[in-house]
Amino acid sequence: MSEVLHIDWTKCDGRGLCTELIPDVLGRDDWGYPLARQARGGDRTNVAIVPRDVAAARDAVQLCPKLALSLSPQGALKRR
Amino acid sequence: MTPLSATTPTMGEAWDTQGSFQLFAAGANAGLRVHEQTFGPLFLDRIDNGFISVLEASGLTGRGGAAFSSWRKLAATDQGQGGSVLAAKPVVIANGAEGEPLSFKDKTLLTHAPHLVIDGLLIASRAVSASLLYLYTTPAAASAVEDALAERHDARKIKVVQAPETFIAGEASAVVNSIANGIALPLDSRRRLSESGVKSRPTLVLNVETLAHVALIARHGSGWFRTAGSDRDPGTRLVSVSGYVAEQVLQVEGDARLADILASAGVELSQVEAVLVGGYHGRWVRPLDYRLSPTGPENHVVHPGAGVLHVLAASECGLESTARILASLAGASARQCGPCMFGLPAMAGVLNAIAYGDRDPGLVGELERLGKLVTGRGACHHPDGTARMVGSALDTFSEDVRAHLGGTCTRKA
Repeated sequence: MSEVLHIDWTKCDGRGLCTELIPDVLGRDDWGYPLARQARGGDRTNVAIVPRDVAAARDAVQLCPKLALSLSPQGALKRR
Repeated sequence: MTPLSATTPTMGEAWDTQGSFQLFAAGANAGLRVHEQTFGPLFLDRIDNGFISVLEASGLTGRGGAAFSSWRKLAATDQGQGGSVLAAKPVVIANGAEGEPLSFKDKTLLTHAPHLVIDGLLIASRAVSASLLYLYTTPAAASAVEDALAERHDARKIKVVQAPETFIAGEASAVVNSIANGIALPLDSRRRLSESGVKSRPTLVLNVETLAHVALIARHGSGWFRTAGSDRDPGTRLVSVSGYVAEQVLQVEGDARLADILASAGVELSQVEAVLVGGYHGRWVRPLDYRLSPTGPENHVVHPGAGVLHVLAASECGLESTARILASLAGASARQCGPCMFGLPAMAGVLNAIAYGDRDPGLVGELERLGKLVTGRGACHHPDGTARMVGSALDTFSEDVRAHLGGTCTRKA
């Protein structure tokens, strides 16, 4: 099932581990912060993860040194 | 001191038939007695969650900047309790932090008509069955608010919290963070405030002017509210007019023409180069036949944001003005989110170069690239609003950009 990867920008420090684990999903910007390669609906904070990337995204969530990532089922997350 | 003006440039006759409808009708520094004489009594015990459908019919939108439907916010908070009787009661916050440097209508409202705001806060709280009520005020209006609360027996539950005078202190999640933790910085937006805000309770944050309109809608009904403005932008709004004009607060009808508002503010229209509408996160526009409305086609309508109209004189350079604003916005970053913390100063550097003599033709493209890069990548919309304002400057002042890159300025001999 597709999921949504949420980036908590207040925690993210641009270490870049996530961009190595899911390089098809996230690149890096000028300062090293994760940059969604495709922003579905223009949302670059809640990034869509297709089924084949879910396992790697889960690793990124668990290994992020700043605990800045979280994964939820599609549709569970909405900005206020 | 901000001059207070009660003039309403395009108010129709319907507004005079039912007593007073202007937010400042009770006059300067209105006390409770004058307030009640002017606006009539408030029957709070008649308010329940049925008021949410009255608000829906009124079409009232938030006057703090985002223009979100007020009734939807109330409904979401009401539903945020999850239907359980044991669920924690919601929190309602009147947001009077006015971090936008060009806005002063909320301070003016809180100073001169605090009782309307308090009425609105009590009404909204009853509509969503809230048990914790806060009035978050800018320090400038704090004493007026305290005095007004001391006059009333029905407002003892309201707690006053002073907002720091920073740009982002009024962002909804920063308001919640300030009240809950004393830190006026935006929070990560993973959960909606209507589900979990102050003390993990459903939390409703409404701008103080929005609440003043709520106070009048509760008295006169949704049909009355719609006698002003248009279908797409019903009612009235306060605007803060500044720049090449005497600073003033005006109450105007929804969907008002920019030129009409400026003329009634005493602006010599032929002397206007452009107008920044909505504030530092707003949009530069020219010419002046735009209408102020949160919805409508972009080439005819400009979003009022928090009601800021800042007039740039024909003798001033829009690029220099925008560069100063952008530098201020970069400095106002909460420095929590990387793209904002690094991206905004980078944008400011590029715009400064364009404004002050660097003739590299790649600068405009670089500024546009950075604007796109920061957008949508923060806990709050500070980078988004900043990039939007800068983009509008590049559009509106495109001739100036060409002149600057060619080594001249259209404004100066």
